[in-house]
Amino acid sequence: MVDALYPSVGQAAVDLLEKHGATVLVPEKQTCCGQPAFNAGYRDEARRMARHFLDVFAPLVENGEIDAIVAPGGSCVAMVTHFFQVLFAEPGHEGDRARAARLQPITCELTQYMVDVLGVERIDARYPGRLTYHACCHLLRELGVDDQPRALLAAAEEAEMVELSGADECCGFGGLFAVKNAELSTAMGRRKTRSIRESGADAVVMNDVSCMTHINGLLKREGHDCRAVHIAEVLNGTAVEGGKKAVSDDR
Amino acid sequence: MIVDVGAPYRQRLEQALGDEAQRTALDRATSRLSGQRRLALEAVDNPRLRDEARAIRQSAIENLPATLEQLEANLTANGCVVHWARDAAEAMQIVREIAQSSGAQRVVKSKSMVTEEIGLNDALERIGVDVVETDLGEYIVQLANEPPSHIIAPVIHKRVEDISELFQRELGMPPTDDPTVMCAAARHRLRKEFLDADMGISGCNFAIAETGTVCIITNEGNGRMVTSMPRVYVAVAGIEKVVQTVEDAALLWQAASRNATGQSVSVYFSMSSGPRRPGHADGPEEMHVVLLDNGRARMLERGYGDAALLLADDPTLYKELPYASSLCGVCRDVCPVKIDLPRLLLDLRSDMVENGSTPKFERAAIRAYTRSVESPARFQRLQNLARMARRLPVLPPPLNKWARTRELPRVPDKSFQQLWRDRRQAHRGGSDE
Repeated sequence: MVDALYPSVGQAAVDLLEKHGATVLVPEKQTCCGQPAFNAGYRDEARRMARHFLDVFAPLVENGEIDAIVAPGGSCVAMVTHFFQVLFAEPGHEGDRARAARLQPITCELTQYMVDVLGVERIDARYPGRLTYHACCHLLRELGVDDQPRALLAAAEEAEMVELSGADECCGFGGLFAVKNAELSTAMGRRKTRSIRESGADAVVMNDVSCMTHINGLLKREGHDCRAVHIAEVLNGTAVEGGKKAVSDDR
Repeated sequence: MIVDVGAPYRQRLEQALGDEAQRTALDRATSRLSGQRRLALEAVDNPRLRDEARAIRQSAIENLPATLEQLEANLTANGCVVHWARDAAEAMQIVREIAQSSGAQRVVKSKSMVTEEIGLNDALERIGVDVVETDLGEYIVQLANEPPSHIIAPVIHKRVEDISELFQRELGMPPTDDPTVMCAAARHRLRKEFLDADMGISGCNFAIAETGTVCIITNEGNGRMVTSMPRVYVAVAGIEKVVQTVEDAALLWQAASRNATGQSVSVYFSMSSGPRRPGHADGPEEMHVVLLDNGRARMLERGYGDAALLLADDPTLYKELPYASSLCGVCRDVCPVKIDLPRLLLDLRSDMVENGSTPKFERAAIRAYTRSVESPARFQRLQNLARMARRLPVLPPPLNKWARTRELPRVPDKSFQQLWRDRRQAHRGGSDE
């Protein structure tokens, strides 16, 4: 999704990593880790996609070309670090299971990598406005990442952080759930946008573009000015323009 | 609102989403309960409590046959009559026969999910036995002629205003929104039911094998009256409720109270180890324990053993329910015995795909997507296609379902990978890589 819909998020993630001392490689042959198919129950298909992921990334790790795999989203990381093991648990997949196990400890979400591995404490970003933070489910509950993005956001200059009530409640996206159970997904999302509106924030920051698409889809349809923005763009100092532009584009 | 539990999932969903009163009730109750839960958990090392609770349930299930035999032996030694029921029909027949042979006409019940699972109230009413639910929530849904809507809070779907209206209609109560007044009215009526009843029926939270004891967790004291006042007491227990020791039951009691209702422990904890003995001041003359399988052993065999820790097996729900969750993971994180419900739902989804019960269009789309993911060039073409789909006058599925309530994102002209390549090429122009 970052690749097709949000290239600026990908770019912001790369910029951030480079700013904080990492050298970034973007393997051209990478596509999708298979999370959407796995989530919908399509294990054979998900295995094929996971294998493609392993074919692209495992050699880079084995050759010592890279020390870590970083993604700007919790769902994709949870897929690699948790659910690849489920996919390859059955007999006959020992090879892929071993390859996945080697990637497991070095695959990180962006802010997790910045704080836990690079030790970033200060960032040179400013956001003149009110921000609130929504904790995406896979990031929070599968990866246990919450302090890292909050700490980095708190370091943004001029940003006034406001609390989002029910910040850890699901926005209702849920992959295929968003269309298979569109009404329920929408009802959950409206609960979320109501809390966002009540928080008085100019932008709600999050780490996954899928939840961001869902929340923005609702906020725009409701005619509200607040926007969901990706944390990479906020931390990179590129979100303010993006946010304003997005608003004026729709008017 | 009249709930038709037999209605198709889509219809029930639509009805539930459109019911503003019910949604208000759920909002109020869930925010109160999760607040209470947070407070109750401050006092303990909850991760450890849950680990220990899980280990207890796990070990009981791993040694199920032996533990159940020990339970049966000790219950029998205590003077209980133990009955084994393979399924709901057998269990209903057993309870009906107990009622008939003891001449019971009036039954009082303590809140129980297992008797709900087997449809016991209907079975008894069909042979002319009066059944009265005595848990306040269950009493309310029985008055409203509705099934309980939640395993621990049966009336979570009703606001206090709705209950007031119901009490005015069914009990002839003057209008009031004061829960204490309504509670007192119900209590007054229920007291008479307890005195008149000749049979009490409860479920079972824990059945202790080493002592032959049935335990129930309640908060209103009604459970204690159900188990001790009528001359016949019947406990229906799913076979997964067995635990080995009294200490095991005590720990699970705390884990359940803190995590489920946000209490340090429940107000009442009733332990029944057999009928009244010579010298006892009160207690039932007969105590029966019905041990129910009803698909639980099969779930263990099929690898859904984790669900047998808690859940009943209902194949009619399989078609829609595995997909009726966003899999956010909260249920797993609050579960006192750490059941990984999202994982079980993922496994059920996979079962559905394997037996071909997902929509054809979806299967074809996922297959096409898979092929493109395996080839970066095709993946690029798929993205271009998606870009074009946005310009169509009518959106194809699944985008149409999305766009009914949500705006679609603006699709940029170039993907990240394309921009990345451009940047690298521009960079290469000047260097000699």
